[in-house]
Amino acid sequence: MKLDLSGFESTPPLFGASDGLSHGFPTAPSFDLPITGDFDGFQKEAVQMVKPAKGTTTLAFIFKEGVMVAADSRASMGGYISSQSVKKIIEINPYMLGTMAGGAADCQFWHRNLGIKCRLHELANKRRISVTGASKLLANILYSYRGMGLSVGTMIAGWDETGPGLYYVDSEGGRLKGTRFSVGSGSPYAYGVLDSGYRFDMSVEEAAELARRSIYHATFRDGASVYYVGPNGWKKMSGDDVGELHYHYYPVMPSTVEQEMGEVSGA
Amino acid sequence: MECVFGLVGNGFAILVADTSAVHSILVHKSNEDKIMVLDSHKLVAASGEPGDRVQFTEFIQKNVALYQFRNGIPLTTAAAANFTRGELATALRKESGSDCRNCDRAVGNGGSGSKGVSVYLQEGLVMVLRTSKSPYMVNILLAGFDKETGPSLYYLDYIATLHKVEKAAFGYGSYFSLSMMDRHYHSGMSVEEAIGLVDKCIIEIRSRLVVAPPNFVIKIVDKDGAREYAWRETVKETTAPLA
Repeated sequence: MKLDLSGFESTPPLFGASDGLSHGFPTAPSFDLPITGDFDGFQKEAVQMVKPAKGTTTLAFIFKEGVMVAADSRASMGGYISSQSVKKIIEINPYMLGTMAGGAADCQFWHRNLGIKCRLHELANKRRISVTGASKLLANILYSYRGMGLSVGTMIAGWDETGPGLYYVDSEGGRLKGTRFSVGSGSPYAYGVLDSGYRFDMSVEEAAELARRSIYHATFRDGASVYYVGPNGWKKMSGDDVGELHYHYYPVMPSTVEQEMGEVSGA
Repeated sequence: MECVFGLVGNGFAILVADTSAVHSILVHKSNEDKIMVLDSHKLVAASGEPGDRVQFTEFIQKNVALYQFRNGIPLTTAAAANFTRGELATALRKESGSDCRNCDRAVGNGGSGSKGVSVYLQEGLVMVLRTSKSPYMVNILLAGFDKETGPSLYYLDYIATLHKVEKAAFGYGSYFSLSMMDRHYHSGMSVEEAIGLVDKCIIEIRSRLVVAPPNFVIKIVDKDGAREYAWRETVKETTAPLA
């Protein structure tokens, strides 16, 4: 299996060198693997080294007005939280967003690479790439690297000529079209809130609130950001601190005193 | 977990597949169509790793279409099944980069262009381990209808075993549906009888399999072509129309 390494080149060629046989098809260069006796161990170590986006919750859903995309903003490296302001929603172009779960570097790099490919498609075809097409570009790249240690769990959300679009793409090569997804270790929690609160005919505000709440319950006390993709491109709805959201959802109530200690009279 | 089965009736073949896309304990999607309409008179139901499933069935579909464009006639179901088996068998034993071979080069000479990790096995024998898996982890049921031979069903597993069968099943559902079909199947079933049997299998899977998928899709192929027949759903994905 040949690997697509066009992303590593500074100016990715539209078409590879033609040798007559594969004229018009992009050629895929390859690279050598590290010389080691214990490749599995090496790979495991390497994956651990570049896999910071743990404890992630990302979600996206299609509703009446478009697609709502939300993610928490915590990055952890092992036990400690290394950043509270990581952007896990990557802006591919004004009409398309990608979410980030798994390896941060892998996600950032391949989304940026996808952004390039989408822009080239736009220049070559005089129209924006469909969400279907963009997600398949990414899925095919990830499939070609399958089993080599990439860790990517992403959703490609956007608005194209057919309306709102949402796909789930992962580094195992899977690609699913859908209306409601959540990815990351917090996703089961997010699904709980999302599934129970979801209606197709929500307003943008209601949808943003549902997204915010789902992320909040999944991460409890982190940053969270919410994006909305409509016919006119994406818009950032909020960048809340979930610490504050907690007190917004659950205001501190003065608790009633059940029993007071009385004076002990006499002795 | 995955349940794919199918049977041949009088003038038609039916394929049934669950429609769940599962990752560990999470059901990401419950309306994923795992039965591909290969061409006008062929159906392919596939189970296995999601990436391989889609990539391999699309690869087969495109090559079957290419054959038809080049030659003006479609492949027969038997030909398509043997082609699919051939591709699966080739991929199964293929190692990207280099093969396991007698090699006089020293261990650790991997930098000379071979993609993979060299491992010393014996004197002079160096095996280059595959680092990108090339086998496709897919189990396939291929159903089709030909004018000459009528309906047929082919069983093809991930290690490229090909069988022409009357009834077949893959996945955890096979433990229930195989015995069900052994008991109630007879040759020359009508569509109504076959669907009755399919529903029996689905009910059994739903009631006895602990990890039973909620939804199933049923597709049929006969002289009029390959098409979707029905869905058996207990969970609706959303009310939202898919874009």
